[in-house]
Amino acid sequence: MKSKLNLNKDNVDKARNYAKLIASDIQKFINRHTTVSVERTVCRFLGIDGVNELGVPYPNVIVDHLLKNDKLQYGVATFIASYLKYERFPLQDLGTRIDEGLSDISKYDVLDKKEVYSILSKYISDSLSNVRQNASLRQSYYDKFGKKEGPLLYVIVATGNIYEDVVQAKAAAVSGADVIAVIRSTGQSLLDFVPYGPTTEGFGGTYATQENFRIMREALDDIGEELHRYIHLVNYASGLCMPEIAAMGAMERLDMMLNDSLYGILFRDINEQRTFVDQYFSRVINAYAGIIINTGEDNYLTTSDAVTEAHTVLASQFINEQFAKLAHMKEEQMGLGHAFEIDPDVENGFLYELAQAQMAREIFPNAPLKYMPPTKHMTGNIFRGYVQNALFNIVTTTTNQRIHLLGMLTEAVHTPYMSDRHLAIDNAKYIGTTMKNFGDEIQFKKNGIIQTRANKVLDDATELLREISAIGMFEAIERGVFAGIKRTKTGGKGLDGVRAKHAQYCNPIIDHMIKELEGGEIDEL
Amino acid sequence: MSYDLNGKNFDRNLDLKNLRPYGDTLNDGKVQISFTLPVPNDEKGIEAARALAMKMGLPNPLIAEAITLDPDHTMYVVYGTVNHTVDYTDIVVQTVDAPSLSRHEIEDLIDAEIKRDVIVVGASTGTDAHTVGIDAIMNMKGFGGHYGLERYRNIQTYNMGSQVSNENLIRKALDVQADVILISQTVTQKDVHIHNLVHFIELLEAEHLRHRFIVIVGGPRISHELAKELGFDAGFGPRKYAEDVASFFVQELIHKT
Repeated sequence: MKSKLNLNKDNVDKARNYAKLIASDIQKFINRHTTVSVERTVCRFLGIDGVNELGVPYPNVIVDHLLKNDKLQYGVATFIASYLKYERFPLQDLGTRIDEGLSDISKYDVLDKKEVYSILSKYISDSLSNVRQNASLRQSYYDKFGKKEGPLLYVIVATGNIYEDVVQAKAAAVSGADVIAVIRSTGQSLLDFVPYGPTTEGFGGTYATQENFRIMREALDDIGEELHRYIHLVNYASGLCMPEIAAMGAMERLDMMLNDSLYGILFRDINEQRTFVDQYFSRVINAYAGIIINTGEDNYLTTSDAVTEAHTVLASQFINEQFAKLAHMKEEQMGLGHAFEIDPDVENGFLYELAQAQMAREIFPNAPLKYMPPTKHMTGNIFRGYVQNALFNIVTTTTNQRIHLLGMLTEAVHTPYMSDRHLAIDNAKYIGTTMKNFGDEIQFKKNGIIQTRANKVLDDATELLREISAIGMFEAIERGVFAGIKRTKTGGKGLDGVRAKHAQYCNPIIDHMIKELEGGEIDEL
Repeated sequence: MSYDLNGKNFDRNLDLKNLRPYGDTLNDGKVQISFTLPVPNDEKGIEAARALAMKMGLPNPLIAEAITLDPDHTMYVVYGTVNHTVDYTDIVVQTVDAPSLSRHEIEDLIDAEIKRDVIVVGASTGTDAHTVGIDAIMNMKGFGGHYGLERYRNIQTYNMGSQVSNENLIRKALDVQADVILISQTVTQKDVHIHNLVHFIELLEAEHLRHRFIVIVGGPRISHELAKELGFDAGFGPRKYAEDVASFFVQELIHKT
């Protein structure tokens, strides 16, 4: 692709290198730690599921038992292997046995890694082959229906009731949606467990549970068959249960996962240490399952000014790209986020939006960029809102953004009605058709407003990344670099679930996935 | 009423006791509505939409468009003449009655009357994850060209962000010896915000702290009337800015002392 913006390539390279330094610095920390959520994820991949009579998921029962006995630093895998080796009860009984005080797996000596791998190998290969099958099933749908070119129309459903969500999701698919996101119930990100089973009550959304994932997946496959299109399903691998939800998504063939530590740190006050460690495992899972991640940079602009702070979005995209690379993700899986949030009263605001969207497109050419519609400056004037969304759609089409979150004319009023969603899809389809090749036909004036704006944002982002690489990410967040929100290394929720790994620590799931992602022989394990 | 251009014989005088909507002529009563029915898009569906509009008080509705959402759902765009009127002279609304001052007037008033910094703690409470509202009032930048409280020379602000428990908010307010507590509730479903707001007031009362603070709630679903009913000092809905909120609490503080 030929650059339309005359971007300073040296700056792009510099920015990328600073981001690499920043991410690898954090990665050193990540490699030395584990969390309760990471270990619960290991349980899930070994096939442990279900809840006790108090609704506590068995992965929590097992991991809390180890935490209480101060053994989490070794990882859960070795103790589960010992349970299978010495107690000879079925794995699915483990949670109940701990609950009833019949098993104390924390008392076993730590096994040699090789022995852990060999005892657990059957369970690991069963669940990972299921994940691989999901990835190939997705591919076979693409082969059958063809992969859609251009922006994927993305809408949300948020009724709180999974069965009602299905009705709305199917209607949206019929209207032309390619991607359905089931918004989670408000507050789920702060739960340190994943709710269980189908749910029909939620606030501002529907709980992410494995059964809800399955119900929606089945419904979208059905309607996709009718429409001869693959309908993508999205949920949120974020909050305190990041890797567990990534695991559930991998098992139930979700296609995209919101997955961004920085978002959790800034907007949900989740502890930095906890969520960086959680994010790494969840991204490895997403990489392995062929799931596209969506990052949350767009949110910075809901609190910060979209004109003066645009460079923080770009800087964060660079960092997220490097975190994703460290987790073995392909560029095609990096749905880096940005947004159309400039105040409509700003003169030439549309030109700035166009410049920034084109800039992201050129800097991350292979990434399926996630482009968010106006939200901050939407009002109860739905008629004006419809125009704001139309302008957003024009930028999306012109700059070929991939994951096209549709703006709702009732954004500031309520969670979308079925008709709101239809009107949004209609708006996007109209502009997508009538302006299909507009972007290919235009050039930007040399050193005009658009080129100047893009280079200014790039300059500022490069400078910001240089500063962050000098002080480190933890310090940068403490100073409130992103979205003007300050967080500390030991503040926020979830720090009590972080443990430094012991030298004998073992996580056979992540080892196995990385080996495969690196193209190594799995049998070596 | 019909759409012909000749027969507009309604009264051309504004009658506030019988107020009617204005389309293109005084008292013509024209309105637009839209809704979705869970039925296929056909003649029968249109007739059903028309019947519903008539029950809403539009005796001769025009179904301008019937839009297929999916095979079983149709959206209707309806125009009509509403046959109801309201007595405008009889309407009473509870509003915040403190006059709205400018930022500088507020700062000067604090200097002159309170003679120390005013301390404000704010949060988006309960499960609400949205900080848009509290940020718009409290942060430096403010919203829509109206600077937030942080910018005010003699107001000290503590914005605790989102998903703050009522208990933590009260604790913080005591720690920093706040004069004012601001609560924002942006996204709500099934009235969860009401329960949360009631709980906050109950907590304050249980700790005998209700009169220690000026407590204010804001959000798109909040009216002053609702706020008063729930036991708050004031409520601010959409299109209210930092200076509206500050004008209220500064004048209230002066009354208190």
